[in-house]
Amino acid sequence: MTTEVKDTALEREELISGAEAIAIACALADVDVITAYPIRPYDTVMQFVSKLIADGELKCEYIVAESEHSQFEIVKHASAVGARVFSGSSGVGWFYAFEALAVTCGLRLPVVAMVGNRALDDPGAFGCEHNDALAVRDLGWMLRWVDTAQEAMDAAFMAWRVAEDKRVFLPCAISTDGAFLTHSQQIVMIPDKRLVDEFLPPYDRGEFVLHPDNPITIAPQVNEDWLMEIRRQTDAAMRRARDVITEAHNDLKRIFNRGGDDPFIEEYMTDDADVVLVGMGTLALPLKVTVRRLREQGRKVGFVRIKWFRPFPQPELRAVLSRFKAVGIIDRDYSLGSPDNGGVLYNEVRSALYDGDKRVPIVGYIAGLGGREVTVPMTTEMFDYTQKVADTGIIEEPLRWIGVRD
Amino acid sequence: MAVTAVEVVYRGIFQKSLSRNICRTIVLAARKEGKIGTAFGRYGDSPERNGIPAKYFAIVADDPTELEETLAAYEPKEVAVTIVVDDTLCKGVESWAWYGLQPINELTVEGGTVLVTSIQPEEDLVKDMHVKDVPYNLSIIKGAKSFSGLWVYKDDHTDVRILGALAKVCPNLVGLEAYVDTIAEQSDDELKAHSARRAYDRVSVSPVEPGQGNPEEPFSFDKPGWTKMGEAIVIPGIEVGGGFRGGEGGYQPVRNDVFKKFSTRTMRPVINFETCTKCTLCWLQCPDSCFDVTPEGLYDSDMESCCGCGVCEDVCPVPDCVTMVNEEVFDDNSSQHDHWKRDRDGYMKWLDEMIVVAKSEKEVGAGRSHGFREWGEYQKQIEMTGVAGDD
Repeated sequence: MTTEVKDTALEREELISGAEAIAIACALADVDVITAYPIRPYDTVMQFVSKLIADGELKCEYIVAESEHSQFEIVKHASAVGARVFSGSSGVGWFYAFEALAVTCGLRLPVVAMVGNRALDDPGAFGCEHNDALAVRDLGWMLRWVDTAQEAMDAAFMAWRVAEDKRVFLPCAISTDGAFLTHSQQIVMIPDKRLVDEFLPPYDRGEFVLHPDNPITIAPQVNEDWLMEIRRQTDAAMRRARDVITEAHNDLKRIFNRGGDDPFIEEYMTDDADVVLVGMGTLALPLKVTVRRLREQGRKVGFVRIKWFRPFPQPELRAVLSRFKAVGIIDRDYSLGSPDNGGVLYNEVRSALYDGDKRVPIVGYIAGLGGREVTVPMTTEMFDYTQKVADTGIIEEPLRWIGVRD
Repeated sequence: MAVTAVEVVYRGIFQKSLSRNICRTIVLAARKEGKIGTAFGRYGDSPERNGIPAKYFAIVADDPTELEETLAAYEPKEVAVTIVVDDTLCKGVESWAWYGLQPINELTVEGGTVLVTSIQPEEDLVKDMHVKDVPYNLSIIKGAKSFSGLWVYKDDHTDVRILGALAKVCPNLVGLEAYVDTIAEQSDDELKAHSARRAYDRVSVSPVEPGQGNPEEPFSFDKPGWTKMGEAIVIPGIEVGGGFRGGEGGYQPVRNDVFKKFSTRTMRPVINFETCTKCTLCWLQCPDSCFDVTPEGLYDSDMESCCGCGVCEDVCPVPDCVTMVNEEVFDDNSSQHDHWKRDRDGYMKWLDEMIVVAKSEKEVGAGRSHGFREWGEYQKQIEMTGVAGDD
């Protein structure tokens, strides 16, 4: 079997990293303001943005701020005056911007960011962990995880489209696993600008635009008399995002012919599966390999990849996961002291399934922290234990660390 | 099922663009044959430092499903070809990315090839490479240690010569014509395709049998588990050293025995113990505390700690007392002071030879230099080695 080389007028093929894919998406989406502050592995996107600007392929205000906090404050304000914006960070850099990240949601500003997922220092570590992006999960940020450079590019178009929709007006972060996505070059199909323009309308802030011709005040001080209603509005926007994501997904499929069956999750060989694992990001790649190998041995196993973490795909997971005899959740993160000392995803999925019609046994696995590779033997170990739970109905260890030296 | 991986082992920063160009061209050429691939640097090598051993990879598969087996990983488990763009790396590599000394041929598969750019004879390179228990091949592309691709250096065709040779030693990865087509797309210089074809015709291939090579056991380190490690990310300080190699008098600092750094070295200092005035400058200025103080107050550079920066040569006030010499002429890390004590006349004769080597290389501008090279060095080196220009 060979892989056809595609190169037509409406798309071209390039060998690029996930970071480069997102930088090119910025150019194709006509982003107006980009802010940056270096931290690995996010900072590779800075190199490519700079190069695109130098080559005349991207025209925007490009501001290298003095810190991540200013970086996100600048795009927040730019977004308020109607500019399409892009920014990003990694690990503790993202945390340094935390005040700006938090206020962006309440102001309903559609900032789009790339998080190059990185472990939180200390100890200083460049490898991938999901705790950085997950830290904003309660605030009103939409969170998307991708597993290839191609998906990183497509998710960026989706992010602007959904975030800038009047029904939503919420920020969106695209999580790209450090190293495996940010630094690895893969074959990516880059759509022609005409296709991107068809998919992505210009950002129209409408009556909320901060402009001398439209005198408004934003971000006033309020007390207990107003805040709860404001939070409830933000909550309603996040709830509405689901339908907007579905619409955008359908258009993405129609225009780019990509994106898979479901906007929120990807099912892999789950049709007749007894046991499935659930995870996010690039660990999908070794997992699919493991599923194929175990299938060759006659084992009924499958994998479910979560693409959108916020809004959380509760209806999808409830419908899908209840079909199986046991489910294992893989966290490339930790939530120390949480129920079962499990990861964030583990507890979210368990919570989502609590009052479903059928409560499937769930076990959790913490793996791949600090960028440690999630390997086929590790995922096989996860399948073996989840299978044991399916066979016996007994969960001796609800949470296991996989691939840690004892 | 066909997944083929190759690695390029290179000197950090100086040769990164060269290695990246090689790996990207492999994948782009593979596309012309209907295959798919990925190219990436060893993430843990980064941020790179000048001269540290580092790796870049290209992996090619028949279809995306096969390629998936190799993604979301830092490096392939094995490679069909190990490309070495600086022959001193044949002695083994220690990088930021792993612990211990990794033999240059560690990932090379049985029957695979170590492809080296070098002007050394084959037997000298075999002597540097650690013994492997399976047979493999050694191929040499006659040529210098290239910085080609680095912005200030001339394009010396090293990348395309390697690709041409690669088509010969690993035809199932990508064939010569696909490389030539890809090279033509990337550059208007028709000579580049010519260089690739010529390397294809001329590359030498010789078998290396199990047992041939450096028999030393490379140093390694077992990482402890979480129940055995000290807590709170606390690392004890290095203790104060003691007498010279445990004996009376002198001083030897305690050194890091899990990160030694010597594979970063491309030149090493040789010491004239008879003209040394014991001024202490080399000892004081060495950034890595390489110098042991001998009982008689001389300074012996520890070759497991020296990364070859050349500061000692620069600060030494005595002519030819510390001389930086091309690393490729050495076979081990043994003590020069021991050699001198054992056989003074023999040592002094050897030292004179080393100084002559260093000076003659400097004169033609073709030898190693620590740090950056000068403009024009490559042209001189190419003329000297007769690598190009003979047809």
